Parts: sequence; structure tokens; C-alpha cells
Amino acid sequence: MQWIYLIPALPFLGALILILFSRRIGKAGVSVIGCGSVGIAALITLMAGYQLTAQGLDQFTLPLWNWLSIGNFNIGITLHLDALSLAFTFVITFVGFLIHVYSTGYMSDDPDFARFFACMNLFVGAMLMLVLADNLLLLYFGWEGVGLCSYLLIGFWYKDPANGAAARKAFIVTRVGDTAMAIALFLLVQHTQTLQLSAILEKAPALWASGDPTVVLIAFLLIGGAVGKSAQLPLQTWLPDAMAGPTPVSALIHAATMVTAGVYLIARTNVLFTLSPAAQATVGIIGAVTLLLAGCSALVQTDIKRVLAYSTISQIGYMFLALGVGAWSAAIFHFITHAFFKALLFMGAGAIIVALHHEQDMFKMGGLRKSLPGVFWVFLIGSASLAAIPFITAGFYSKDQIVWLAWTSPLGSPWYWIAAVTGAFITAMYTFRMVFLVFYGDVKTKVHHHPGNNMMVPLYILAVLSTIAGFIELPHTLGHVTLLSDFLAPVLPAVESHGSVAMEWASQGAAAALSFLGIYIIWKFLHVPFADGLKQFWKDGWGFDTAYDWLFVRPFVQLSRINRKDVVDRIYTGIAYITKGFHRMMSATQSGLLRWYVMGIVMGAVVILSVIIWREFV
Amino acid sequence: MILLLFILIPMAGALLAWIAAAWNQALPRWIALLAMTADLVLAAGLWWQTESATGPWLSTFHRDWMPRFGISFSLALDGLSLLMLMLTFFLGALSVLVSWNEIKERVGFFHFNLLFVLAGITGVFLTMDLFLFYFFWEVMLIPMYFLIGIWGHENRMYAAFKFFIFTQAGGLLMLLAILGLYFVHAHNTNEYTFSYFALLNTPMEQTTGRWLMLGFLTAFIVKLPAFPLHTWLPDAHTEAPTAGSVVLAGLLLKTGAYGILRFVLPLFPEASQAFAPWIMLLGAVGILYGGKLAFAQTDLKRLVAYTSVSHMGFVLLGAFAFSEMAYQGVVMQMITHGISTGALFMIAGVLYERLHTRELEKMGGLWPALPGLGVVSMVFVMASLGLPGLGNFIAEFLVLAGSWQSQPWITVAATIGLVIATIYSLRIMQKVFFGVSWREYKLPDLSFREGLMLMPLIAVIIWLGVYPQPVIRTVKPSIPTVVLAPQAPYTDVAIHPTK
Repeated sequence: MQWIYLIPALPFLGALILILFSRRIGKAGVSVIGCGSVGIAALITLMAGYQLTAQGLDQFTLPLWNWLSIGNFNIGITLHLDALSLAFTFVITFVGFLIHVYSTGYMSDDPDFARFFACMNLFVGAMLMLVLADNLLLLYFGWEGVGLCSYLLIGFWYKDPANGAAARKAFIVTRVGDTAMAIALFLLVQHTQTLQLSAILEKAPALWASGDPTVVLIAFLLIGGAVGKSAQLPLQTWLPDAMAGPTPVSALIHAATMVTAGVYLIARTNVLFTLSPAAQATVGIIGAVTLLLAGCSALVQTDIKRVLAYSTISQIGYMFLALGVGAWSAAIFHFITHAFFKALLFMGAGAIIVALHHEQDMFKMGGLRKSLPGVFWVFLIGSASLAAIPFITAGFYSKDQIVWLAWTSPLGSPWYWIAAVTGAFITAMYTFRMVFLVFYGDVKTKVHHHPGNNMMVPLYILAVLSTIAGFIELPHTLGHVTLLSDFLAPVLPAVESHGSVAMEWASQGAAAALSFLGIYIIWKFLHVPFADGLKQFWKDGWGFDTAYDWLFVRPFVQLSRINRKDVVDRIYTGIAYITKGFHRMMSATQSGLLRWYVMGIVMGAVVILSVIIWREFV
Repeated sequence: MILLLFILIPMAGALLAWIAAAWNQALPRWIALLAMTADLVLAAGLWWQTESATGPWLSTFHRDWMPRFGISFSLALDGLSLLMLMLTFFLGALSVLVSWNEIKERVGFFHFNLLFVLAGITGVFLTMDLFLFYFFWEVMLIPMYFLIGIWGHENRMYAAFKFFIFTQAGGLLMLLAILGLYFVHAHNTNEYTFSYFALLNTPMEQTTGRWLMLGFLTAFIVKLPAFPLHTWLPDAHTEAPTAGSVVLAGLLLKTGAYGILRFVLPLFPEASQAFAPWIMLLGAVGILYGGKLAFAQTDLKRLVAYTSVSHMGFVLLGAFAFSEMAYQGVVMQMITHGISTGALFMIAGVLYERLHTRELEKMGGLWPALPGLGVVSMVFVMASLGLPGLGNFIAEFLVLAGSWQSQPWITVAATIGLVIATIYSLRIMQKVFFGVSWREYKLPDLSFREGLMLMPLIAVIIWLGVYPQPVIRTVKPSIPTVVLAPQAPYTDVAIHPTK
């Protein structure tokens, strides 16, 4: 098992080779190294998973070297493999590999082919460090590393200043959350003298009673980091703009992997959240509100990628909702299926965009069912999964579990359930609005380029996964399979549901009916019948951008502009100015005119004599 | 003896370079490079043997100088000094390389001054006699004044004067404080001495101690520089030639930080703890204020100069946190800031050689023309915003985590500085490398010499980010006891910390 260090090392090595030797190895070499490094990492992950289960181990820890050791504070570069990190590693390497293969087609005409793959490999390496880290400092290394790669890739086409602005926005907004998370680390260092995850989780229940202000504060600060990375309220504003990057980037970073890092963080530190009920309830509420707000925004977008971006925010809202009700493994389940179907949808959208010569406006598409049949079918499968069409899609099983537990888990509430099923209704509407606009109706733009096999084969594989991945976990009503939650049980505590089977049928029935109703409504009224003002408000993401612009961006820029010349320097230039003034006054008396000097002496003598007389005789 | 060589080699090199310039213009460069490399090799050799050392002092050198007044030529080297010396010689060698094509006039005199500054800095890091310390403090000053005043940019005389007056004013306060300490000690023990070791633990009245401490501190925070005494720095950095900026940012600022660690904390433990919250507050203000001003600048070198103000705030914050972690962070920050800011000034120099401007508004879209420089810049821009995996992150994390325990609110303010650092750092990349170029450049990418000076910096900054333990191990024996176990009740002027 010592070789698991290769899992993150290979992508890092790939990135290094691509940065240093891109000009010498040619395009084919770049493709081989870019895809190969991730592909081999995926195979090693499979082997590691097999070994772990074959040996009956819950976890495997691999210390590589000592990072920091000061006093009794010790942090190592140490990898930690358990069920949770294995699930994430699997998704990152496999979906990552498929997206890399797809990119060899998507980016084939780009002059910066090598730079693209260098950044992608670097991203995969950093993301793997994030999920394989044995301590929070190493996790933070991966956390910031993926942020950097996200920045580099959003701004990949750097010639357009708008892309640069989107990239900076993503980096800065997530950094705000990261700052909160950094403070959580300081608190943990202070109280537990360590950042090692297993040690913290072990010590926490002994150190803090449930609801202790310290642990609540820590949990809230961790939420700060999580909402930044996972684009949840109130730090969700960067993700729609992040669509400025190439589409495979959106698929890999802004759908399948990086944006779920917040979910990983909360699941990983679940003990701290269990100890702070207020924080955990906040996670649930953030999830519920986010999934509704983002769903509404997705409903009125015109750019296909922005629909998917808001949809991602909304789906991660479901994961947060699951975390908030203590349904830890349900959140991970939805993460896995979401990674499959959302990567599929993004890459399907990418195939369409390329086919239409970089057209992203859905209202300029239409009728593509005939000209791009392959893309149509896989896109339909992905959409069905996203809209949670019953029984045959993976999205149904994972979302259904969250919907059900939102109500019946000990922390659940009917309000959560209402938010979740309403969300399902909205999801079905915006998903099929997209399908109908793009693939049905009149042909508005001619297809000029058909995607090749290197783009289509990954889509077929993901389409299969988007369907069968749901069967690893089936509800009580439908066979009751618990492969995933059993697998995750050593890391994530199970959740007790206190509902009856009849209620579960009712819940599933309601959710399914609402999905179909949503599809029907959108089929009838393709243009959602809302007031234009409201539509515009939703389209702009509920005015968050404008508010932040006025509250933070403008004051900061204005203040900087006013004080560009550094007001503190005035003190010193002022001193210099006054000194010069005195100097000038003094030198003015040195006029060379004898009568002035005599006058000066006389005046001086008068003053001195007056003082003496006054002091001695008065 | 080796300690004396550290100072004599650059001094001899300085004289040789000046004389040799009469024959050949290239010779002074080679002499200077050779002198710095020789020193670097010697220091590295010394570092290699630190494992076997017993006690904090690795090497000492002592000769009486003016015994009647208790002045001696006393040098000593511990882990802290050794690391600072390695940084000095490393950046010293690079600043010779960086001037290779830039300096064309009075080459001999330039290298004389450069090497003399470096010799002065070496002396400051080594000396254990306060009189000698003041002497070396002045030795650094005058050649630097010439470097800025003769080889600088347009507004060089103004900047050189400002630099001189600020530093000199601080230095005179320090001289007063040194003399004060000298007489207090003599009054108590009847022994007139400037020896650092004798003056440690001088008992004195609380008020006296606090005034003397402020005298030292003022000199050091002018040099550091801390808000609100920082305004000499942007002018000096901007107007200096590239080598001057590298030496200023990389090394001269570190002498201020070194002074705090070496003199202020151990000599005045009580006063340091009493003032600690206010000084930490000053550090946090510097972090935020410097960051905000950096964001506002349109001159690349001026921008980088203000980032120094911001980053040196961490030094002030951590030095007065009285925690081992923060102390280690401070030393790490001194090293990594030297590397990363030195590199950013070199990048500004490389750009200036090609574009003949420092104005950000006149740059943009340079990535296609200079991809190599773009990658290098990205690394150091990321270092300056504290990306994990690079040394600066280790430094900032340790400072903040260490300071948190004594002053949480001030630490929160300082942590917000990380967001501001992100804002100004990314602005550099956008303004210089991204966007569309406003004219079609045909520029040469990094030359062999430029690669030779930038690549080692990248290697070191990554090394310090992923395996900083050798540095931490070297520093450990030099941490003064007051930091490890603060004696006095923490403070009487707390800015209320919530525990």
C-alpha cells in the first residue's frame, strides 16, 4: 500500500513535465502525459480500494515526511485513505480521466494546448491532496491549490479582460471563505494542539460538550470555508461567472470535483458539527435556501452553461441539506451521482457549443435532435438523471434519499422536505427547458463540426454511469440496498429514519409527480410565465452581485483611489515643508544691510534688558 | 576566524572591484560574484555542521578594540544569524547577476558600494557588541545612499535623501538608547561594557527600561518598516536600481526584524511584553494599510514596495506574540519575504529592461511574448498572496496561529490581510501578463542569465514551502527564553483578548 502516494504524485509530475517540456514533446505527447497521468492514478485508486477491502482495513495512513514540527505541534505530509477519501479519489481520478480524454478533442485547435493540460493535471493533483490529507493543514494546501488552478483555468483565455475578471472574482470570493477557515484552524491549534483530523475528531467529544461556544464557533468558521468553495449562500456569486473558462474546466472543477470540496470538509469534520447543533442547522438552512434560489435563477438563464452553473449550485444545496440533517452518506451519494450526470451535461453542452461554433445562447440553438443524435441521447440521459426521473436514473435514487431524510431524520423537518420537493419541481422545469430549447423546435444555427470519438466515448461512459450508479443504494421501498452507506459506515455515522414505508412511498410519489408536472408545464409554456422584472432579477442571481459591488468592491476601490498617494507621507513632507519655511525666514534676516543688523541688536538688547528689569525690580 | 572572513571577503572584494574597473569593465562583476559565492559556500559549509553543535552559539570571534571604554570586536553566530547570512550571500550573488547588463556607468564604484552594503549587513547579523553594531548599522547606510542616488531612476535624489534621513533619525535614537543602556549597566555593576552578553539581564527601573526599549524599537521599525514610519520605503524601492531594490527589500528590511529579535526582546523582556499588544496592533494596521496602498499603485515597483510594508507587518505581529510558533514564523517570513520580494523586484527589472517602463497601464498582454517570465511571475505572485506549498504560507500561518493565542482580534484583522493580498497580487498578473497587448511586442523571453538568477529562487521558495523543517531546526536554539516562557503577567494594556 506504500504506493498510494503515486495517486497525487502522478498528476503533479505530469503537470511539471508539461510546464517544463511542453514545446519538446508535441501535441500527442501532451495528450498522452496529460491523460495518462490521471488514468494511471485512477487505476491505482482501484487497486488501493481493492487492497483496502481485501485486507479488511478501515483506513490506511501513509506518512511521507515531517512538514512542521514546533514544540508539541507536529504536522506531517501524510496521506490518509479511508472510505470517504476513497469515494472522492475515485470520482476525481475516473471522471477526471474521462474529462481529460474529452479535452483532447475539445481543445485540439487551441494554441495553448499544453498549458491547458498542465493546469488540469495540477488541479487533479491538488484536489487529490485535498481529499487524501491526513491533517487540516495539508487539506488547506489542496484547498488553496485547487483554488489557484480554478483561477488559472477560468482565465485560460486571458485575452478577454472579462475572463480575467471572472477568474479573479472566483479566487477572491473563495479566499474570503478560506480566511474564515484559516481562523478555524487557529482555534483548533489553540484548543487541541494539533491539526490531525483523526486526533481532532477523537479529542473533540471529550473537550467540548454539545453546544460549547468554542466548537460552535469552529464549526461556523468551517462553514465559511465550505460555502466559499462550494458556492453556497452567501458566497455563491463567483460560480456563474466561472463559466468563462473552457467547458471541460466547468465539468471537472465547477461541477464534479472542486465545488464539492465544502461537502467533503463538512462530512470529514462531522463530529464537530454534531457537537454544534446551531452550526449544523445552519448548514441545512443554507442548503435549502440555496437550492431554491439557484433553481429559480437556472430557470431564466439564456446561456446554456449558466443554466448548468446555477443547477450545480442548487444540487450542492441538496448535499448541504443532507449534511444539515445528519444524512452524511446521502450527501456523498448525491455527490457521486451528481459528478457523473453533471459532468455528462457539461461535456454534452460543450459538444453542442463546439458544433455551433462557440454559440452558448440556447435561444439561438434548436432542432439539434436530428443533426447531433449521439449528443442528444446522452444529454437526455443526463437531464433525466438531473431531473430525477424515477427508477431508471441515478439522480432519482440519490435525490430521493435526501428528500426523504430531510423530513424523517432526527434533525429533519417538514420545511426541509417542502424545500426539497419544490426544488425537485424547479429542477425538472429548468432541465427540460434546456432540452426542449436545444434539441427541439426549429433549427436556428447549422452544425458545422461533429464531435469526434475522443469526445463522444467519455460521454457514453458517463451516460451509463449516470444510470447505473444509483443502484448502489436503494430505498426501503425498492429493494433496500445499502452498499455505499455500509462502505462509508466506518467514517460517517449512519442516520436513523423515523418514517414508515407508507410515508416513504408517499414522499417518493410526490417528488416524482412534481418532476413530471414540471416537465409537462415547461413543455406547455416554454417561456416561463413570470413578470419580466422578476425574471431579470432571478437571471442576475437575486441581486447579490450588485449588492456586493456597492457594499464591498466600490468602497474598497474608492478608498484606495483617494489614498493612492499615502496620506501618512503628508506628515513627513509637512515637517520638511515647515522646516524649509523656517529656514527661509531665517535666511531672509541675513540680508547684508547694516541697518537691519543694528536694529536687530538694539531690539535684542531691549528685550533682554526688559526681562532683567522685570524680573529683578518689578 | 571564519566569522571575520564573512565580513572581510566582501570588503576586500569591494576594493578589488573598484581598482579592477580601471582595467576592465567586466572584471568588477566577476569579482563581486566570486566574493559572494565564496561567502555563500563558507556559510553553507557551516550550516552543514550545525547538527553536531552543542549550545546555541556555533562560532565566535573576540578581540579587544577599545578596552578602556569596554568596546570589543566581538562576533558570534547562532542559527538565526547563520540563516540571515545565507540569505544575504544568496541574494547578494543574485543582485550582482541582476545588474550585469543594467549598470553600465561607473561599474567599479557600483560594485564597491554593493559589496560594502553587503559587508555592513553581514556585520549587523554577526556582531555581539552594541558599539560595533551601531558602526555596522551606519556602514550599511552610506553605500546604499550612493546606490540609490547615483544609479537610480528619475527621482533618485529625493528618494536617497528621504531614505537617509529616516534611517539616520532612527539610528540616532538607537545610539541614545545604546548609551543609556551602557550607563545604566555601568551604574549598577561599575563595569563599562558594550558587550551584548554582559548587557543581557541588566536590572533597571521599569520606566527606564521602557524608554530604552522604545529607542531601539524606533530604529528597527523605521527599517522594518512599520506603519506609520514606512513612507521612505516606496520612494527608495521605486527609485533604486534593481540590485538596490533587491538588497533593500530582501536584506536591509531584515536588519530591522533581526534587531527586534536579537536586541529588543532579550534585552527588554518586561518592556516588550508591556507594549506587545500595541505593537501587534501596529503590525496588523501595517498589513492592511500596506495591502490597500499596494492595490492602488500604478507603478509596478511601487506596488511591490507597498507589499513589503504589508508583509513586514507579519514580522511585527509575530515577534511580539511571545510564542514559539510565531517566532519561527517570523524568521521564516524574513527569509521567504526576502526571496519572494527580491524575485518580484528582479521581475520588475527584467520587464524594465525590455519595455523601459514601470507603469502597469503601459503593460498588459505580455504572456504570449514572455511565457517563461509569466510562469515565474505566477509563482512569486502566488507566494506573495500566501499560497500553501510555497514558503510564505508557512511563515504567515505560523505567525497567525502563534499570535492568535494572545491577541485573537488583532490576528483576525491580520488574517483579513490575506484577502487583500489576493486582490493586489492577482492585479499584478492581470495588468502585466493578461489582457490584450496594446502593441505587438517582439520581446526575447528569459535569457540564460535571467533564468540562472530566477530558477534558484523558485527552488528555494518551494523547498521552504514543503520541507521547512531544516530551517525550523536551525532557529530553535536561538529562541530567547522570554519567548518560550513569558515571565511578567501578560500585560497591563490589553486590547481585550477573549479567552
